[in-house]
Amino acid sequence: MSGLALLIPLALFLGLSGLAAFFWAMKRGQFEDMDGAGMRILIDDDQPLPPPAGDPS
Amino acid sequence: MTAQSRIDVGEPVERTILAVPGVRCAGCILKVEGGLGSLPGLVSARVNVSTKQLSVAHLPSLQVPALVEAMRSLGFEAQPLTQAATARPDGESKRLIRATAVAGFASMNVMLLSVSVWSGATGATRDLFHLLSALIAIPTIAYSGQPFFRSAWTALRRGRTNMDVPISIGVLLVTLLSLYEALTSGPHAYFDGAVMLLFFLLVGRVLDSVMRDRARDGATALQQQTAAGALVIHDDGRSEWLRTEALQPGMRILVAAGERLAADGIVEEGKSSLDASLLTGETRPQPIRQGGEVHAGVLNLDSPLTVRVTAAGQDTSVAEIARLMEEAGQGRSRYVRIADRAARIYAPAVHTLAASSFLLWLAMGAGWHQSLLIAAAVLIITCPCALGLAVPAAQIVAAGSLMRAGVLVKDGSALERLAEADRALFDKTGTLTLGRPELVNASVMTPEQKQVALALARSSRHPLSAALRRALEAEQVRAADLTDLHEEPGRGVSALYGGMEARLGRGDADGSLSTTLIINAAAPVRLTFEDRLRPDAAEALARLRSLGIDSSAASGDNAASVARAIQGLGLTAQTSMSPQDKLHAIARLQGSGHKVLMVGDGLNDGPALAAGHVSMAPASASDVGQNAADAVFLGDALMAIPKAVVAARRTLRVVRQNFVIAIGYNAIAVPLALAGKVTPLVAALAMSGSSIIVVANALRLRNAAR
Repeated sequence: MSGLALLIPLALFLGLSGLAAFFWAMKRGQFEDMDGAGMRILIDDDQPLPPPAGDPS
Repeated sequence: MTAQSRIDVGEPVERTILAVPGVRCAGCILKVEGGLGSLPGLVSARVNVSTKQLSVAHLPSLQVPALVEAMRSLGFEAQPLTQAATARPDGESKRLIRATAVAGFASMNVMLLSVSVWSGATGATRDLFHLLSALIAIPTIAYSGQPFFRSAWTALRRGRTNMDVPISIGVLLVTLLSLYEALTSGPHAYFDGAVMLLFFLLVGRVLDSVMRDRARDGATALQQQTAAGALVIHDDGRSEWLRTEALQPGMRILVAAGERLAADGIVEEGKSSLDASLLTGETRPQPIRQGGEVHAGVLNLDSPLTVRVTAAGQDTSVAEIARLMEEAGQGRSRYVRIADRAARIYAPAVHTLAASSFLLWLAMGAGWHQSLLIAAAVLIITCPCALGLAVPAAQIVAAGSLMRAGVLVKDGSALERLAEADRALFDKTGTLTLGRPELVNASVMTPEQKQVALALARSSRHPLSAALRRALEAEQVRAADLTDLHEEPGRGVSALYGGMEARLGRGDADGSLSTTLIINAAAPVRLTFEDRLRPDAAEALARLRSLGIDSSAASGDNAASVARAIQGLGLTAQTSMSPQDKLHAIARLQGSGHKVLMVGDGLNDGPALAAGHVSMAPASASDVGQNAADAVFLGDALMAIPKAVVAARRTLRVVRQNFVIAIGYNAIAVPLALAGKVTPLVAALAMSGSSIIVVANALRLRNAAR
């Protein structure tokens, strides 16, 4: 029975933190552009490396 | 990533929303945001692919036409949206989603505790679990139940009843009883049932609301503005681009060829011809000179006009049409949705059943506590869980399918009304026809002439040039190399082609849609244009007839041109109709018992679209038309209309099946509840079982629009 005293609050805490994370994401507009978010991951915004300074040839 | 450039803070930043229907891929995002990033005066630009909108923050020095021009050079058509179109009341969906998330969280946790009770927890453990459940469930019901309580209260205060009344009474009664059980260490608490019921019903509500939002986003992205603003010339010679809302009577505005007027006014300078088809449905260009009166929404065809504004914003002639629309729309707001019609029978029946079971058990000698518990079980079991999901689930699946087929349905009630339509009334210009000039006689040109014509047409924004360019590009003509290109407003475009003069210019002044191509002073080639029928108009009308829907045409155009346009369709037509006349025509048809499907596009169809039992508009319609219509179809194919009707009828059939399933489930479960055999476990199983069946049945509509 003493296990319950630990496990039930733990389960509730985990559930609540999931709920809080969802609320936070909604407030921050994470679901405003579902299609765009999926596409933006394909955008490669790294710049190409500058050519090495001393050209060996 | 978002395009950004560093700009001193402190300067006022303006926000403009542009509709960009062309963004579809990651490359487009990169091209738009990266391409705009270098524009002077731009603070940030971000594309929203779902809504097909571009939100730009910029300094006042960067004006809207420059933005549109920059987008055009990047290869995207952009339309500035007026403030009214972008202000989206999106609070409702978000509130519902939050309520659903809370109910989902609570129902999972309460169910966890309930399962241990069902599997044999007794004594102190059971009481503890019941109390914990109460602790989770009661705040949840107070929060997530609000949409139902509010709607039920509104209905009751007006002396009516709807689906939410039995839901609210059931949930509240069950919660109170369960709380009493938990506090007095009773054996049964129904917290799980109450919370799960809310969860399922909220899912239904969210589906309904998401469907409305999605269609509205789509429609906003497509909205063609009458004109988002105009170039104002101040008395000191300065010119400034102002939004439509900021225009005042007395201002002088410059309207370039190919632009729409943003306000009513009187022409001060210039001579041109106007396309007023948006207002009147009449396609033939009308000449206009100094002193002539012009109206907002009219397209200036030939040469620039300076116009003194006499009325702007709400005072324009458009306002008269808006008032007609408001009156016309009132009939439709009286329509009662199928779920509410069902609730009118269902709610009193459920209440009577619960009350009589309470009295019966009391009379048979059971204690008031046990009788109340049985009455509550009856309410929980009969609570229209499946019923509440039955309608929205079917409608959102069907609407999703229609959307993939190119029809945006604004809400569920539109689908219900579409299924009932048995008579169709079509506008001509832009509805039966494409609403844009199409080249009729491309074959009179030699291949060489075609190449020159394409090069000339590309450099002009006149509607006829655009039509010529479309036609030639569709034939995959390659443009010739031209030098010294210049456009003379009102006269045409000319250029040098290998040392010879080439000119594309005005046709004869007889008012018909034509233009002439002259190369090196040779005999002019006359190109004629016509607003043609949609390619599958005849087929679509035949299909509608086979569905039992007779069609006729109603046009603001004169009899001769209507007759020419619709010959071969076998339609009867009424011509030269004012917006008021169209309203009367619909009222007459509806008076004789028909449910009219109105299909139209123009501003002049607005009142008729609002008055019809249900209405559809093509995506090329004016924004008034799109706002008034229940559904908007994309593309040139008129076949979308019979498709939508078929899908709507299938949806109605599935909704009815779902009702039958829900009633069948009640027929089995209610006697059990009446007999007092329904434990919380049975209630939970029955509730989720029936919901799953109903949703699965709705999923059959996935391909309804094929």
